[in-house]
Amino acid sequence: MTGFSTDRRRVVAGLAASASLLAAPRALGQAKPKVVVVGGGFGGATCARALNRLGIEVTLVEPNATYTACPFSNLVIHGSRDLSAQTFTYDAIRRDGIAIAAEMASGVDADARIVRLASGATLPYDRLVLAPGIDIRFDALPGYDEAAVDVMPHAWKAGAQTALLRKQLESMKDGGVVVMSVPANPYRCPPGPYERASLIAHYLKTQKPKSKLLVLDAKDSFSKQRLFQNAWKELYPDHLEWVGLAGGGKTTEVSVKDMTVVTEFGRHKADVANIIPPQRAGRIAADMGAADRSGWCPIDPVTFEAKLRPNVHVIGDAAIAGAMPKSAFTANAHAKVCADAVATLLRGETPGEPKLINTCYSLVAPDYGISVAGVYHPAKGVLADVEGAGGTSPLEATKDVRALEAKYANAWFQIVTSEVFG
Amino acid sequence: MRNAFVLAALAAPLVFGSPALAQGAAPKPPPPGASSCSGCHGAAGSDLPTLSGRSADEIAGSMAAFRSGERPATLMNRIAKGFTDEETRAIAQWIAAQGRAK
Ligand SMILES: Cc1cc2nc3c(=O)[nH]c(=O)nc-3n(C[C@H](O)[C@H](O)[C@H](O)COP(=O)(O)OP(=O)(O)OC[C@H]3O[C@@H](n4cnc5c(N)ncnc54)[C@H](O)[C@@H]3O)c2cc1C
Repeated sequence: MTGFSTDRRRVVAGLAASASLLAAPRALGQAKPKVVVVGGGFGGATCARALNRLGIEVTLVEPNATYTACPFSNLVIHGSRDLSAQTFTYDAIRRDGIAIAAEMASGVDADARIVRLASGATLPYDRLVLAPGIDIRFDALPGYDEAAVDVMPHAWKAGAQTALLRKQLESMKDGGVVVMSVPANPYRCPPGPYERASLIAHYLKTQKPKSKLLVLDAKDSFSKQRLFQNAWKELYPDHLEWVGLAGGGKTTEVSVKDMTVVTEFGRHKADVANIIPPQRAGRIAADMGAADRSGWCPIDPVTFEAKLRPNVHVIGDAAIAGAMPKSAFTANAHAKVCADAVATLLRGETPGEPKLINTCYSLVAPDYGISVAGVYHPAKGVLADVEGAGGTSPLEATKDVRALEAKYANAWFQIVTSEVFG
Repeated sequence: MRNAFVLAALAAPLVFGSPALAQGAAPKPPPPGASSCSGCHGAAGSDLPTLSGRSADEIAGSMAAFRSGERPATLMNRIAKGFTDEETRAIAQWIAAQGRAK
């Protein structure tokens, strides 16, 4: 260790260098800079833990006592996984010493740097991290309102919706028609609808072989498309039909009363309808002015600071992250880079340019995995693909390779959820 | 003595109170890309290999072999191509140091 005088010199030097930084902490004399994280999902919970490890005082705002994860929830819908395997508590995060405000953040005063909670309490912050995930746009698809989700579940937020869709599939008679509606980009988990379609088709093929799944899609191309479509041809030729935009796949309206999904080209009667509706950033983002007209939040690709609100960082699904897809892997990667950037900014320094990785596995069948990966860096103001990197699993691969990727998918879920919640 | 105390108190907002910071050394942020790795590489005993306990040379060597295609992979080849040799070495050193720290 160095002697006292060296320590003192360092402190003095630090102070001199920081004259301009005294504006950074909220108030002089405050012991530590405060960061509030709104949302305890893959993004927010990761970020709170990373900030805490960096010695920053963090409060995590999350109304739910448990978190139900979406990745692998398609296996719950398939019938081969229990919803309890998707559920995580905040106990370990609390044990880290992170304060949790177990309620909804109802608003943010960005000028005063205060988060308002549903109870009326307020939390001051030096920097705020918003990780509210998505909200369903109930204004975007005629007929699909808050009440419709009880009849035509979206199951795009895991939990009761996931269980409901599973129950509907289970009670459907053999010979039934399942209709799935898939939105245009951007939305949470680009390959998620196609993994779900695969696993529903697998369930129908093995348990209700006279039934059929019709996938109505608002786009003509999608993530891992050739891999999915090749596998569908091989595995589910009689059970899965996909209709893209050009074929009239875009859903224009739904009717809960008639159990009908309407497209530009026709009306489709459904025994079970899974509507994945258009989405936007969790509503607090728009309420506080961090979202643009698209409903999502533009961010600085180095710091994740919202372009529309200073001192507010947006991570995970809510952010416009350029080429990075809205995934749990992405949210986790955002969170760690954002925590480092926040700590650096709070020291009055400039964060360096990050690189980030995403990997999304999808199951085409329980033992058949495929993946897409990417490496990203800031370029021209957004997170762009690092050229020459990333891409999908090969189109030609042995059964063993597909089985190995399914195994890795499982391992990823274990590891990421233990990093976030364990 | 008194002076030092006052200065330390004033400086407190800048040092977050973590032991490393209290000694005046801010932790060096991880090199570009490094913090993403723990999304897949965790503790031992998983189907995905752990990196803890591996040396920087071993990690950087694997990455180079994935990048060149010399070492077959389901996915790491696609990721390794996103990093230069220099970036990979920095990541490997950081991960190896973390492993020792834990
Ligand atoms: C079917 C399906 C399958 C998927 N599969 C995969 C996969 O295999 N791999 C993968 O990487 N990703 C997958 N995803 C995507 C993944 O679930 C999301 O990208 C991820 O959850 C995003 O994390 P987030 O932290 O941004 O949001 P979330 O995880 O949704 O967390 C947001 C949190 O914020 C809270 N919140 C919202 N508003 C407020 C407020 N005002 N105050 C306080 N708290 C608030 C919510 O309660 C919630 O807990 C899948 C998604 C679906 C739907």
